[in-house]
Amino acid sequence: MIQNQRGVEGPRDLDHGTTPPDGRPIAEQPKWRRDFPIDWAQDEYVSRRELVKFIVLTSAALVVGQFWIVFKSTFSRRPALSTAAPIARVDELSIGGAKTFTYPEGSTPRLLVKTGANSFVAYDQQCTHLLCPVVPAFELGRLHCPCHNGWFDLETGRPVAGPPQRALPRVRVEVRAGTVYATGVEESTA
Amino acid sequence: MIRRLRMVRAQRMTIVNAMLAFVVLIVILQLWLLTATMNAYLGGDTGTVVPAALGSLACLGLNAGLLWYLFGLD
Repeated sequence: MIQNQRGVEGPRDLDHGTTPPDGRPIAEQPKWRRDFPIDWAQDEYVSRRELVKFIVLTSAALVVGQFWIVFKSTFSRRPALSTAAPIARVDELSIGGAKTFTYPEGSTPRLLVKTGANSFVAYDQQCTHLLCPVVPAFELGRLHCPCHNGWFDLETGRPVAGPPQRALPRVRVEVRAGTVYATGVEESTA
Repeated sequence: MIRRLRMVRAQRMTIVNAMLAFVVLIVILQLWLLTATMNAYLGGDTGTVVPAALGSLACLGLNAGLLWYLFGLD
């Protein structure tokens, strides 16, 4: 004799559970009844099976995301900037001094830092962590993001401490006849 | 007389639990792949984008195969 789910001995077996009202076995029942079983044990099986289906759907969504990145990287290449634009005079800044500018016109703010008598570096001013503006810490040879204490190397723009994982996009600069020109933007490299 | 061999519920529960564990592991792998690819892409490295997408597609194929097997149990 087999016990049913309430522990009472009865004719029902554990595999089939409660007999549906029409008396036919579970396998012959319509789909809606198989998907909404009477017994807890059957219901547990159905819920696990539905969870597997949902997770496979999530898997498909992640593949869509991956191919969206492929699409973006294939068709959304940014045009290379080739036009030079004046952004500061050499004598305008003292060594260690900084100035914000936009390049090209309408871009996010960039930061120009004078590192020597005739040498400059320039980066995007937005931190690659959560877009807070970075400020120069010239005496440390770094750029600092005060929002989450992120640090970047002043010479390369690479992250050296804190949460940022990617380097700051670099703006190429040239000095011509006492004027600093921005000549292009290098996208951030990991 | 041909009798269809059906697994009992306890056996199917064991299989579906194992399958659930596999599927969750694969999805976690895909999630890691997506975040790593996005990080590389935003960092300017596009060399890993296509292989990562193909890897993720292979994971989906594996998941779909497991789901197909699960349908076969009913």
